[in-house]
Amino acid sequence: MALLGLYNYFVFAVLLMIGLYCVLARTNIVKSLIGLSIFQSAVFLLYISMDKVDGGTAPIIQEGVENQVFANPLPQVLILTAIVVGISTTALALAVAVRIKEAYGTIEEDKIQEMDREP
Amino acid sequence: MTLYDQLPALVVAVLLFTAPIAYMLRLHGFPWAAATAAVVTSFAVACSLAATVIGGETIIYEMGGWPAPYGIVLHIDALSALMAMLITGASSAALIFGYKSLADEVGEETAPAFFAAWLLCTAGLVGMVITGDAFNIFVFMEISSLSTYVLVSAGPDRRALISTYRYIVMGTVGATFYLIGVGFLYMVTGTLNTADLAARVGQVEDIRLVLVAAGFVSVGLAVKAAVFPLHAWMPNAYTFAPNAVTVFIAAASTKVSLYVLMRVDYAIFQNSIANHDIQLTLFLVPLGVLALFVGSLLAIYERNLKTLLAYSSVAQIGYIALGMAMTSVAGLTGAIVHMFNHGLIKGGMFMAVACLALRYRTVNVANLAGAGKAMPWTMAAFVIGGLGLIGVPLTPGFISKWYLVLAALDKGWLGVFLIVVILVSSLLAVIYVWKVIEVAYFREPRANAVPVTQEAPLAMLIPTWIVVLTGVWFAVDSSVPVGLASSAARTLLGVAP
Repeated sequence: MALLGLYNYFVFAVLLMIGLYCVLARTNIVKSLIGLSIFQSAVFLLYISMDKVDGGTAPIIQEGVENQVFANPLPQVLILTAIVVGISTTALALAVAVRIKEAYGTIEEDKIQEMDREP
Repeated sequence: MTLYDQLPALVVAVLLFTAPIAYMLRLHGFPWAAATAAVVTSFAVACSLAATVIGGETIIYEMGGWPAPYGIVLHIDALSALMAMLITGASSAALIFGYKSLADEVGEETAPAFFAAWLLCTAGLVGMVITGDAFNIFVFMEISSLSTYVLVSAGPDRRALISTYRYIVMGTVGATFYLIGVGFLYMVTGTLNTADLAARVGQVEDIRLVLVAAGFVSVGLAVKAAVFPLHAWMPNAYTFAPNAVTVFIAAASTKVSLYVLMRVDYAIFQNSIANHDIQLTLFLVPLGVLALFVGSLLAIYERNLKTLLAYSSVAQIGYIALGMAMTSVAGLTGAIVHMFNHGLIKGGMFMAVACLALRYRTVNVANLAGAGKAMPWTMAAFVIGGLGLIGVPLTPGFISKWYLVLAALDKGWLGVFLIVVILVSSLLAVIYVWKVIEVAYFREPRANAVPVTQEAPLAMLIPTWIVVLTGVWFAVDSSVPVGLASSAARTLLGVAP
C-alpha cells in the first residue's frame, strides 16, 4: 500500500524520463521541444502532489466552519509561476524554431549541422 | 523610511522598470541611452551596498514588509555585493562600449526589444545574487535566461539561431533540475528561505531526500555554469552572439550560477550532510582538472578567436571549481576572487576582439595577421588580458592563482597534484595566447587581404582600456576584491572573522 500511495511520484519520474529521452533522441526541433514541455510538466505534477493533505480542501476561511483541514496553498502558487515560465520558454523556443526554418529551410538538426559544416 | 533603506530593492527595480520604457522609446539611440542610464544607476547602488557590507555585515530587506520566513527577503552580504558589482559593472561597460558595435550588428527596428531584453537579463542576474529565497532564485534565473536567449539570437550569423536553440534546451533542463531539487527540499523542510533552510535541513532525519535534492541542485546549476562536461552550449553561444553581448555574458552570466552553487552547497548542505565536503571535493576536483586540460587543449586547436576565448573560459571555470572543491577559506577566497578577476579579464579581451571584428569583419585567427601594427592599442589590450589568463604577476589572474596555490599547500598530496595541474594548464594558456600574438604581430597580411589601416574608434578603445586598467589596478592593490572575497568565504564556511 505504501508504494501505491506514491503513485503520483512514479508518474512524475516516468514523465520526467520520457521528456528527457524525447529531448535527447529527436533531431526534429519541434519534437524535442514537445519533449522539453513534457519534462517541465512532470515537475508541475511533483509540486502539486506534495501539497495534497488527506481530506484537505481549498484554503478559504469561512465563518462558522471550524476544524477545517486545508491543502497547502504555497506549492500551488509556486507552480503557477513555474507554469508561466514553462509557457514563456516554449513560446520563445518555438519562435526561434520559426526563424531557424526561415534561415535554413528545415528544422532537422542533422541537416542543419551538415549545412553549417565549414568547407 | 529613507531612500537609503530602499537601496537593496532599487538595484533590481530600476532595471525592471526601465525595461518597458526602453521598449517604448522608438527613436534612434534612445533605447540604448535609457538602458545605459538604468544600468549605470544600478551599478552605483551596488557599489554603495558593497561599501556598507565590506565589514562583514548583512543587510536583510523584507519585500513588502513581510518578515522571513513568510515573505521573500533580500539578503545582501559581502559575496552578493561583490557579485552585484561585477554584474552591473560588466553590463554598464559592455553597453557603453557596445554603442557602435551594437548599432552595427543589431538592426534599428529590433533595437528597442533588444535593449529591453538586456535590462531584464541584468535584472535577473542581479536578482539571483541578492535574493534570500530558493524559489525566487529560480524565477530570477529564468528571467535572466529567457532574455539571454533573446540577446544571443540577435547575432548577425544564422548559426546564432541554432546556438540559441541548443542553449534553450540545455538551460531549461538545468533550471528544471534546480526546480526539482528545491521542490524536494521544500518537501522535507517546509521552507524556501535560504537562511531558514540552512537551519532546518540539519534537523531532517531521513537524509536520503536531501541527498537527492543536493544532486539535482548541483547538476542543474553546473549546467547553467558551464562546468565541464556540461559546457556544450557555451562555445557556440559566445561565438555567434553579438560582440557586446559576448562581453557581458562572458563576464557575468556563468559566474552567477557558480555563485548560487557556492551558496547552496556551503550555506545549506555543508552543515547538514555528513562528509559533504568530501563529496564536494570528489565531485568538483575531477571536473575541474578535466576542464583545465580539455578547455585549454580545445582552445589551442581552435581557429575562431571568439570560440578560442570561450574554450579558455571553460578552463577558467575549472579553476573556480577547484577553488570551491578545496573547502577552505583560502580556496574559497581564490575561487571568489577568480570569479571577479576572470570577469574583468575576459570582459576586456572580448572587448578587444569586438574592436578587431569591427575593422577586420572576421574573427578567424589566421586573418588577423598584421593586427599588431594596424591596431596597436587594441592588440596591446588583448595581450594584457592574455597575460592575465596565464597568471603573470601584476595581472589579476596572478592574484587568484596565488590564493588557489596557497589553499592547495594545505591539502597534502592532493594539493601537490593540484599545484602541478595549475602550473601545466597555465603553460597551455601560454600556447593559445601566443598563437594569437604570433599571427597578429609577426605574420605579414596575405597579399589578397583587404588592408586594415585604422585603429578602432575611441568610443570603443577607451572603455576597453578602462576595463583592462581596472584589472591591473586590482592586481596591484587587491584589497577590495580580496577583502570582500575573504569576508565572503568566512561567512560561507561559518568561520569567525
